[in-house]
Amino acid sequence: MKSGAQILIEGLKEQGVDIIFGYPGGVVLPIYDELYDADIRHILVRHEQAAIHAADGYARASGKTGVCLATSGPGACNLVTGLATAYMDSIPVVAITGQVPTSLLGNDAFQESDITGITMPVTKHNYLVTDARDLKRIIREAFHIASTGRKGPVLIDLPKDVSTALVPDVDGPDQQPRLRGYKPKYQGHSKMIQRAVDLLLQAQRPIIYAGGGVISSDASAELVTLAERMCMPVTTTLMGLGCIPTDHPLNLGMLGMHGTEYANYAITESDLLFSIGVRFDDRVTGKIEAFAPHAKIIHIDIDPAEIGKNKQPDVPIVGDAKSVLTDIIKKIPESCPHPEWLEKVANWKKNHPLIYRSDGKLYPQFVIKTLANILGDKGVIVSEVGQNQMWTAQWFTFTRPRQWISSGGLGTMGYGFPASMGAHFACPDQPVFVLAGDGSFQMNIQELGTVAQYNIPVKVIVLNNRFLGMVRQWQQLFYERRYSYTELPEVHFERIAKAYGIEAATVTDVSEVESAIRTALAHPGPYVLDIRVEREENVFPMVPAGANISEMIVGHHTEHEEE
Amino acid sequence: MTSHIFSVLVEDSPGVLSRVTGLFSRRGFNIESLAVGPCEQPATSRITIVVTGNDVQIEQVKKQLNKLIEVIKVLDVSDAEHVERELAMIKVRAEPGTARSEIMQIAGIFRAKIIDVGSETLVIEVTGDSGKIAAIEDLVRPYGILELVRTGKIALQRGSATVSSGR
Repeated sequence: MKSGAQILIEGLKEQGVDIIFGYPGGVVLPIYDELYDADIRHILVRHEQAAIHAADGYARASGKTGVCLATSGPGACNLVTGLATAYMDSIPVVAITGQVPTSLLGNDAFQESDITGITMPVTKHNYLVTDARDLKRIIREAFHIASTGRKGPVLIDLPKDVSTALVPDVDGPDQQPRLRGYKPKYQGHSKMIQRAVDLLLQAQRPIIYAGGGVISSDASAELVTLAERMCMPVTTTLMGLGCIPTDHPLNLGMLGMHGTEYANYAITESDLLFSIGVRFDDRVTGKIEAFAPHAKIIHIDIDPAEIGKNKQPDVPIVGDAKSVLTDIIKKIPESCPHPEWLEKVANWKKNHPLIYRSDGKLYPQFVIKTLANILGDKGVIVSEVGQNQMWTAQWFTFTRPRQWISSGGLGTMGYGFPASMGAHFACPDQPVFVLAGDGSFQMNIQELGTVAQYNIPVKVIVLNNRFLGMVRQWQQLFYERRYSYTELPEVHFERIAKAYGIEAATVTDVSEVESAIRTALAHPGPYVLDIRVEREENVFPMVPAGANISEMIVGHHTEHEEE
Repeated sequence: MTSHIFSVLVEDSPGVLSRVTGLFSRRGFNIESLAVGPCEQPATSRITIVVTGNDVQIEQVKKQLNKLIEVIKVLDVSDAEHVERELAMIKVRAEPGTARSEIMQIAGIFRAKIIDVGSETLVIEVTGDSGKIAAIEDLVRPYGILELVRTGKIALQRGSATVSSGR
């Protein structure tokens, strides 16, 4: 006979889980008691939201499923933002919540909340376990669902009496989940693949538009191979950064609202849009009718519901990016040059580089460029959300997939710092840097307690401009500089960090940036670097919401530094 | 904008109906009619949903339904030849005398049944498509409808095609 809690811990170990992020409470006491001498590391966070972001960061950095644990009621509710974050970005996470005993379900008991009801729209699936004999099967199903097909978060709600119930150990170790309604399709349809190949070979001005699906399916190498054979440029979404190295000659960087001018021009002029692992999000397409107006569209995605949701493709391919790319590459000759097209793209790149002022003041872009130079091909870069995120996406030199961790679809401020903890445990040998704004950092700043307790050596660079910068930028551009509730008072992050026993420094002059970053990097533990940047610097280029992506606000053209 | 009838086979588990209906409201699709019950397969329920939308919306409904783990099969029954039925029970004021016999005559014409006779009321049970039910409702309205209850629409494809055979 085994208790539900025992079955849970064994089930997690069967799935290869070696770390979970959590916060204890009344109804998870039986689980925590099992954890006390279990062979699974538990990181005690300071707020449940951080537990799920950390599990999510772990998943993004490692490719494995992240796990978090919270108690019922408020604990479970605090996971909601993190579940929605993981759901929007298709990140495999299993969240375990405690629940009041089954006898009290529906009675408005102390710390009861209907978490399966609450999280239905933001999970791929969820379970309320009412019988401990189902638990083993449910754990297997949960991990299977989270990590296959279009990945995503799964929640298991475990009433206290189910954790304590003693039941016979029901089955042997390798029972595969059997789900009648869940059979993800990995292999692309051969006819559609042939049609895609035909379009590729006919195209004069082809371009790849790649997203998070490429990273999720571990298809970056295949993507670069296809791009090189076809001699076609690649632009990526925020979620796709890293699937082709930033300095690859065919890479055009990010497209869309804060994409490069050359990526947006190339999309607009292209005659074939090879879209893979993307969802034609409004931040990417701008005015959808004017997006890639001359292009035939190939759309590859593992989720059939993404195909035709926002834009009707000419060739729809449902399948796994890696499998489909492999099949396509087999049918593509070694070299299909497009010299005129590449020359045109190269000219855009030369004439419209990313720029920022170089007038001796401390600009955030400079900080990110300096960090990129120092790290070379090392490091995991985690961003918060807002200007800090867009500048990092634009200016960091990414060299590999899973190096970039950022909340894309949901845009969750407060995501980055806790996610960086997970990233560290996924890649303990890599330096992990968080690029934060002073607004975002303060949304989960309590996790300084966690990184101090476990000596998690993440380095937080606060691009401190005392504004909620991205909102302020919109107010400047579209609301006549009426800075309504976007200004923040000065905060001494160095002192806050030190109060937690964390090393920290404040940088106010551009000349100090490089040595400060080197000091942070060399420090063996966590580090907070409060960098006081130009307060009203904007992210450019910028496509106003709902506008045609070829019509960008390009910002300052004087006194600029070439990319 | 056309009306479509989806037959959805689902796992017979708690919460599955709420997953399906939640999906409709969340994605902005309006349910016109809904009927749920067990079907010929064990541990399986069959949900019939009527929804109106343009082709793109209807395609999305179908795909989003298919994404639910507990949804086993989705079929747009209205794509092909099919039969559809609804059932209504109508409680009509029917004082003994001419009114009562007139109502019974109307029921007869519609092949409806009188399933309850009270001292001043009759309950009519009528089965048919939406049009037939609307018609009898109109005809008995002058006598005074005290209560009307209607099931959601249910439908089957004609011939040997079934939802589980995937056509």
